[in-house]
Amino acid sequence: MRVNFTVNGRPQEADDVWEGESLLYVLRERMGLPGSKNACEQGECGSCTVRLDGVPVCSCLVAAGQVEGREVVTVEGLADYARQRVCGAEKCDTSAKSDTLSQGGSPTWHPKPTDSQTGEGTELAPIQQAFIDAGAVQCGFCTPGLLVAADEMLEHNPNPTDADIREALSGNLCRCTGYEKIMDAVRLAAARQGEAV
Amino acid sequence: MPVKGTPIGTPTKVTQGSKTKGGIGESTLRPDGTLKVTGEFAYSSDMWHEDMLWGQILRSTVAHAEIVSIDTVEALKTPGVYAVMTYDDLPTDVKNYGLEIQDTPVLAHGKVRHHGEPVAIVAADHPETARRAAAKIKVEYRELPVITDELSATAPDAILIHEGRDDHHIGHVPHPNIVHRQPIIRGDVAAARERADFIVEGEYTFGMQDQAFLGPESGLAVPAEDGGVDLYIATQWLHSDLRQIAPVLGLPEDKVRMTLSGVGGAFGGREDLSMQIHACLLALRTGKPVKIVYNRFESFFGHVHRHPAKLYYEHGATKDGKLTHLKARIVLDGGAYASASPAVVGNASSLGAGPYVIDNVDIEAIALYTNNPPCGAMRGFGAVQACFAYEAQMDKLADKVGMDRVAFRQLNAMEQGTVMPTGQVVDSPAPVAELLRRVKAMPMPPEQQWLAAGEAADVRQLPGGLSNTTHGEGVVRGVGYAVGIKNVGFSEGFDDYSTAKVRMEVVGGEAVATVHTAMAEVGQGGVTVHAQIARTELGVTQVTINPADTQVGSAGSTSASRQTYVTGGAVKNSCELVREKVLEMGRRKLGTYHPAWATAELLLEGGKIVTDAGEVLADLVDVLEGEAVEIEAEWRHRPTEAFDLRTGQGFGHVQYTFAAHRAVVEVDTELGLVKVIELACAQDVGKALNPLSVIGQIQGGTTQGLGIAVMEEIIVDPKTAKVRNPSFTDYLIPTILDTPTIPVDVLELADEHAPYGLRGIGEAPTLSSTPAVLAAIRNATGLELNRTPVRPEHLTGT
Repeated sequence: MRVNFTVNGRPQEADDVWEGESLLYVLRERMGLPGSKNACEQGECGSCTVRLDGVPVCSCLVAAGQVEGREVVTVEGLADYARQRVCGAEKCDTSAKSDTLSQGGSPTWHPKPTDSQTGEGTELAPIQQAFIDAGAVQCGFCTPGLLVAADEMLEHNPNPTDADIREALSGNLCRCTGYEKIMDAVRLAAARQGEAV
Repeated sequence: MPVKGTPIGTPTKVTQGSKTKGGIGESTLRPDGTLKVTGEFAYSSDMWHEDMLWGQILRSTVAHAEIVSIDTVEALKTPGVYAVMTYDDLPTDVKNYGLEIQDTPVLAHGKVRHHGEPVAIVAADHPETARRAAAKIKVEYRELPVITDELSATAPDAILIHEGRDDHHIGHVPHPNIVHRQPIIRGDVAAARERADFIVEGEYTFGMQDQAFLGPESGLAVPAEDGGVDLYIATQWLHSDLRQIAPVLGLPEDKVRMTLSGVGGAFGGREDLSMQIHACLLALRTGKPVKIVYNRFESFFGHVHRHPAKLYYEHGATKDGKLTHLKARIVLDGGAYASASPAVVGNASSLGAGPYVIDNVDIEAIALYTNNPPCGAMRGFGAVQACFAYEAQMDKLADKVGMDRVAFRQLNAMEQGTVMPTGQVVDSPAPVAELLRRVKAMPMPPEQQWLAAGEAADVRQLPGGLSNTTHGEGVVRGVGYAVGIKNVGFSEGFDDYSTAKVRMEVVGGEAVATVHTAMAEVGQGGVTVHAQIARTELGVTQVTINPADTQVGSAGSTSASRQTYVTGGAVKNSCELVREKVLEMGRRKLGTYHPAWATAELLLEGGKIVTDAGEVLADLVDVLEGEAVEIEAEWRHRPTEAFDLRTGQGFGHVQYTFAAHRAVVEVDTELGLVKVIELACAQDVGKALNPLSVIGQIQGGTTQGLGIAVMEEIIVDPKTAKVRNPSFTDYLIPTILDTPTIPVDVLELADEHAPYGLRGIGEAPTLSSTPAVLAAIRNATGLELNRTPVRPEHLTGT
């Protein structure tokens, strides 16, 4: 079958998708976006977490056919997504902002496709920078999924308690860090987000 | 048919320096951090090559059986399948591999010895095609009785797991189903036993733990024009892999070019080969690049686990609390193949007495061959199981003597100068009592935190969490302490060296350094530390870390808490050699201009050559001009020696490392649910080269210890030796909800034998974490709890 959907703001088309194929497989093997990780492919570890129409999902559990006509954001598009969110929020009426976001729907977002992704001088989302600064990255295999999940939490809960953070990230396994530095990173991103406002 | 082009995902060098200036002792950030947070960092499972095929392994569905027949006809007929290979297709006479003993078949030969053993391999143009084709291979098994424990393994008429053993342990083991036996005997246990006022005995059981690294076993093999193969792989030790792979392929080692691809964690589980040889065989057979990626189910079968163990301990003490003797027997289940079992036995026995002064010791450790899953390296490596047992004993004995449990440990704690049961004198700081003091002195977490937020109980802070099983009823707090001892580096006379190539040159008007080693960066942050060492030794800002590969000499394994010590030591050494050359160049070019060139101690700092008094003699740019200085050198720590096979005496370990934990738990005693509230750790790290990474290692290791305390266990059916829970649905590892805050107190007492005085740190926190949690649960419930992990039924008796 053929599947048309949007990935990180770009229309994409996948051909000859077989019936059992997951969104994760399409992203990794067809779209050249291996940032979403394949740690368990059973929906237990959260390493493959992406936003599907704004909602964080395990892309390994989403059949490719289910994303027809929908919007997907992966870790590769996270910086752009976060930047657009800030721009969008500044432009739009602040009274409407929290409503739109708290419903978990896709926030107003005008994608700006780009052809190149370079390491040097890459603009990072605040949560990405916070993970680096706090030492929340070791092997890094859980990192993409955690970033997507944490970014989504901060979007609707800018001042999370520790218990909130733990609850929101409880679907993302990490084997290296013992989670302490991940807690630090999310607290740091929230604090920086607060300072910026 | 050679393959052209470089695969997507080929590792590139990483340069760090524009923002980071830090040398050792600073918390510089990871050079690969940006790549890892943007999703660009290529792990081995992300590799891609045009025209590549996907490999799939068919594994045995039974644990112990003769293979009557293998029929591959249907699989080969499947459209899209390029190759199916079995034992009969192996190209040379070398058909086995192994870390120490080459007892592991590349593909099963006439017999399978454990559930999930590789029997055949398939290459196809789509992973699902490969999977379906593998499922069409018909294997007929004639099942054999399974050997699953010491009794069945050592029965006089037991089937031998391996017939005709000729390895170097067979001469000293009491039964061919015992891989290795190591006694450690010192003093006179019988006489000391007479002097004991109190004796405690215990029989302890330690479950089978999985490393559960998140990045699955994977790699890409690309056939090359010269008949060789390029292998992009996630491993812990490239050169150890190479030594095992090349003979099976019938290739000289220089035709098997290995590059470390991104590694998603390891923890010992990548010390043995997994899919390396299989991918190479299929690539050479088909002439096409072949990628293999395990899924999580297969990963549970694709690597060794931590040895489950039975431990029998007897300790004695006098009325005033002094330990009199230890008698211990440690039985490790090595499973079907040897892997690292002999070295694990060496560790379990030589560290089996723990960090205590005990003059009279009689320890015996053995590893069995059984039909259970093969076990080998995992963080803590034999010392973990022993620590679980001796720390339970310490609590029991303290109670009998009537002393405070921490004070009892402190009274018997070893220190610098203590003689180990192996006769080895501990010749660097061993602050065991101090670590206990520190961890005990940390503030206690407040009581009833679930009420802190306001009127209603926050169930997230309670055992059972969001399952909403209690609002505090039946919840009891407990506190427990433990301390452990681990060795650093490869022991028992192993030539444990590392190689580093360091280059210094002027690029863009600035002196820069490049470091090239074969060290496997598995997440621990070795690449960060290497750049820091180069900055400190060479006075540069910008350091480039080249990808790890086999074009440079061996860096040894990323295990045994050894990489910062040994490869870090090698980088330091090569930097010093480069510095000497640069200073020679300086003396030659500029030496006549200033007497200090000949008389002063010279350093490289801030891109300049300076005297130890701080006077600038020259700019590195002027000294180097167009020349590059490059050194590749091996570096060794001081040698160790083998343990005597009868007495266990010998200078066996390079360095010892210590950590202590205090666990605070809350137990729902009605439902048997445990919530660990806090797991505080104090550890001596010698010198923290990167404090942020050091704390990250301690917290990560602590959490793996928590996992084996309350949830992690591979369940093997004792009737069939089959694995019952090979998934993250059924094998649980701690989530962020299961993991408490982990305050860390870092002590830095230099070991004068080690580079910068550092101490290997990665494993020690995994030891004492588990017994501390168990002690806390015992404290809360009053139960004896002689096995780990603890499950609800152990607490409720249901």
